[in-house]
Amino acid sequence: MEAYIYDAVRTPRGRGKPDGSLHEITPVQLATQMLEAIRDRAAIDTVDVDDVILGCVTPVGEQGADIARTAVLNADYALTTPGVQVNRFCASGLEAVNIAAAKVLSGEALFAIGGGVESMSRVPMASDGGALAMDPAVAYKTYFAPQGIGADVIATKFGISRDDADAYAVESQKRAKMAWDEGRFAKSIVPVRDVMGQVVLDHDEHMRPEATMQSLGALKPAFTAMGEEMPGFDTVALLRYPELERVNHIHHAGNSSGIVDGAAAVLVGNKDMGDKYGIKPRARIRAMASIGSEPLIMLTGPEFVAGKLLARAGMTTADIDLWELNEAFASVVLRYMQAMKLDHDQINVNGGAIAMGHPLGATGAMVLGTALDELERSGKGTALINLCVGAGMGTGIIIERI
Amino acid sequence: MQTIAFTTDADGIATLTIDVPDQSMNVIGPDFLADLDTAITRIASEEAIKGAVIASGKDSGFMAGMDLKYFGSMLATKDGSRPAPAAIFDQVFILNQLFRRLETCGKPVACAIEGTCVGGGFELALACHRRFVGDSSKTQLGLPEILIGLFPGGGGSQRLPRLMGVQAALMYMLQGKLFRPAEAAMLKVVDQVVPQGTAVEAAREWVKANPTANTQPWDVKGFKFPGGVGQFNPGFVQTMVGALPMTLKQTQRNMNAPIALLSAVYEGAQLPFDRAIRIESKYFARVAADPQASNMIRSLFVNKQAAERGARRPKAEPKVPTTKLAMLGAGMMGAGIATVAAQAGMEVVLFDRDIAYAEKGKAHVETVLKKRLGKGMTPEKVAATLARVTPTADYADLAGADFVIEAVFEDVTIKAEVTKQVEAVLGPDVIFGSNTSTLPITKLATAWSKPANFIGVHFFSPVEKMPLVEIILGKETGPAAIAKALDFVAQIKKTPIVVNDSRGFYTSRCFGTYVQEGAELVAEGINPALIENAGKQLGMPVGPLAVSDEVSIELGYKVMTAAKKELGDAYVVQRSDDVMTQMVERDRLGRKNGKGWYDYPEGGKKMLWSGIADLFPRADDQPDVEAVKERLLYRQLIECARCYEEGVLETPEDGDIGAIFGWGFAPYTGGPFAHMDTVGIAHVVAVLDRLWAAHGDRFAATEQLRAMAATGATFYQSVPDRAAA
Repeated sequence: MEAYIYDAVRTPRGRGKPDGSLHEITPVQLATQMLEAIRDRAAIDTVDVDDVILGCVTPVGEQGADIARTAVLNADYALTTPGVQVNRFCASGLEAVNIAAAKVLSGEALFAIGGGVESMSRVPMASDGGALAMDPAVAYKTYFAPQGIGADVIATKFGISRDDADAYAVESQKRAKMAWDEGRFAKSIVPVRDVMGQVVLDHDEHMRPEATMQSLGALKPAFTAMGEEMPGFDTVALLRYPELERVNHIHHAGNSSGIVDGAAAVLVGNKDMGDKYGIKPRARIRAMASIGSEPLIMLTGPEFVAGKLLARAGMTTADIDLWELNEAFASVVLRYMQAMKLDHDQINVNGGAIAMGHPLGATGAMVLGTALDELERSGKGTALINLCVGAGMGTGIIIERI
Repeated sequence: MQTIAFTTDADGIATLTIDVPDQSMNVIGPDFLADLDTAITRIASEEAIKGAVIASGKDSGFMAGMDLKYFGSMLATKDGSRPAPAAIFDQVFILNQLFRRLETCGKPVACAIEGTCVGGGFELALACHRRFVGDSSKTQLGLPEILIGLFPGGGGSQRLPRLMGVQAALMYMLQGKLFRPAEAAMLKVVDQVVPQGTAVEAAREWVKANPTANTQPWDVKGFKFPGGVGQFNPGFVQTMVGALPMTLKQTQRNMNAPIALLSAVYEGAQLPFDRAIRIESKYFARVAADPQASNMIRSLFVNKQAAERGARRPKAEPKVPTTKLAMLGAGMMGAGIATVAAQAGMEVVLFDRDIAYAEKGKAHVETVLKKRLGKGMTPEKVAATLARVTPTADYADLAGADFVIEAVFEDVTIKAEVTKQVEAVLGPDVIFGSNTSTLPITKLATAWSKPANFIGVHFFSPVEKMPLVEIILGKETGPAAIAKALDFVAQIKKTPIVVNDSRGFYTSRCFGTYVQEGAELVAEGINPALIENAGKQLGMPVGPLAVSDEVSIELGYKVMTAAKKELGDAYVVQRSDDVMTQMVERDRLGRKNGKGWYDYPEGGKKMLWSGIADLFPRADDQPDVEAVKERLLYRQLIECARCYEEGVLETPEDGDIGAIFGWGFAPYTGGPFAHMDTVGIAHVVAVLDRLWAAHGDRFAATEQLRAMAATGATFYQSVPDRAAA
């Protein structure tokens, strides 16, 4: 049995602030509109959708109580279609697709939808708490430090400078702008509408294409105070990485992923379903994997999960035509490029979350769609899509264009 | 009842006057617990009793913490093994249950605090419905348990946050910080500060006026935690997330009590009170079951106090406090010693060869004193203290001094010259102390015609801050000199250890090995940051390279050169000698010239010198931090063991106190000897044998250690928990 990707949609990403265009749109609406779009574009009967899996990283408040099933009901899917919300932090959206694919591969589902949603402007990041950070016994055992500290430790340990990170960020902005100008995201973008049916957002509004080395250079590092002063997480970092004299704090708002609102959905199914509805699969799933790694540095999982994916697929790095890694922080991608021996022109060719933002639960499904669109645009064959994950994990997938 | 006098007045108000027999300060022991139990039963059951006041019958204060003998007995088992936490829980929970019964006895209970009220005594006060404190600048209240490796285990970790909020309570408990009365009232930890001596009356009046005030705030329905609490309260979450890294900054990962305290507060604050105190006792039992607290209590508390009370003082000698000190040498050390002596009320003649130097020394005294203005120091006190210091360049002015301390240049010839000049004025019957840090006392003593009256008194810099004085006995030093030196140390309120003569004595010699091993590691091309972090993780105050910069690399080089010259062929060359030489040759002298292992950029943070890797190329294979920590630790341990075997140290107590207070040896261990006992001498020898094979003779185990390992002997005659008693 094989699992195929039939379609992928996403919202444009709204600035995750009270003045952001999507702030007035509830998260269940964002998810609902994506579920409607993916159903309608493929013209499928949702009776054949055996599950909807949505990633959501802060599943409390209006994102709580299984937002996947809530959105399924709200989108008028068949009553028989269930829904489940999953949380693998920043990779939740891809994890949801992987679970959907696994259900198809196992025969549990004919069609399954994977995706995700996060309204970061309405349900603030970390408002769900968690023992990881606040239970002293757990935080002690696991050397807890916030991910920004981990990103700065990556930079320090692997010799990535502030200039390296800023240069990467400037390029991400340029690429995103070029991609939008050329309409490279057109296939996936579904504008978000308000209650009157009017479009409130049809483009990624977080982008700063005018960013330069000079403008980024003026920004103050974001994690210096919490690292060096109160409460002093650098102490924890040096306990875990005693080979470092100090932590070099290089990340700031301009070379880290943006806080945005958004949702995405990916339709996965078996071969028969395509035949039944006369729709052509866009890609075949070659391998899926997740992995755990050291939690304080937190964000080096992608290189390890990439190795695992390649081994599972019986491939080598040379077999991958296109690389996509979520731009959580510049150092994450720069370290991944070091470890995988990649040039910048092989990876994140249309920019990423530094420019367009990272709606936590949805991003995984968004970057998958972005890579799929790019494979079709460029005529390339294979892509390895990957995200770093909180608490030291990585989740990835290898797809092959059909 | 032996420990509590129970009286009832005409208004039906009972007064519980605590006066534990044979103790200078009230402490909590089994008799007190039994008596309190009886008293609570009476208050609760006798209808005529309307309420109660708890007070102290001692002038020394209200009450301190648990009797350490009682604490030790909780940890004692028949076979000498450590008891399981569950067994300790049964004992420690008794205290919590008792205090809980007190606050739920159904009648109002007020506490009248006059004087010190800390630890378990303060926890008793917190279990009362109302707290009155007699106003006195000397009165301190609070929960300092963390300082001896424990945390409040009598409900304190649960009641304090419920009174003052989690964040503030944690700040006080994690640092063992005490309250002054007014501060305690402002933070709502006590209810009212009253004139000194009137607390009992105020408490009684309150009970009389409030016959129904019998409920604690946390037992009232709808109780609101000050500052908020709970896993969905942002302030609480932020406090808990931040408290751990702040704690680790102080303790690295070496102390278990602060971590247990954090958990007890985090978990307990979210529970009903009766369950909260169970959680506290469970965490407390786990901490108590670990040898860490026992080791810390023994060295930092019991043995330190014993040393200060004259454990090593010859019993037959009469008290000989110093009234006039002849202080020779007005440099940093001399001026520092003059400062503490003058503060202790002594007349000080501050001598230097040039009157300008002597006056500069006195100016230093003034600077030090004025820095403390507002912190218990007044302009009047500064003036009075300064008036006791007389700078001079004339030996004749030393006349009338009853004790001499010499802190002139570290040169045998110069010291001998000064010694003779002093003897010419004072005669040989006066006790002469030399504050040398390395020169053999026996040799220096030959310049004094009665060497029995010559003794080493080794201070640490800065004298005003460093708590230890190392007393060194030359071959001929007699009991009168020991008594004089120890009485002097007691006068200036410092902690003495007594050791025998040896090159570097005990502290300088063993501290030196920490610095030397750091240099050895550098020479092997080990990443300097790893070395420094390993030192800190070990529990040393700073890394070996940083401390080397502080004391100056050049000083180490000079000591080494002098030792080489004196010992000739007997000198054992170490790789660290070459490291020091190379650094000195490149003018990397240490912090004093702004260039050592670190660079000291103007206005910026110090940074490891980038040139280290050029001198000592980085090795391809870098060790694990644990391996580096082990070397830095065992290099010190073996030197301490050698000092004991050679008789430089006569007791492990001196060794542990000297290590912790002299060079900051990992305090959580209770000192090198406590640590060796705890991990087991056989284990120590096994590690040393491995290090010896890998790194050479400096790690060779001694015969005594091997013999101890074979028989299962320990340095201390008893296991730590019994000694803590």
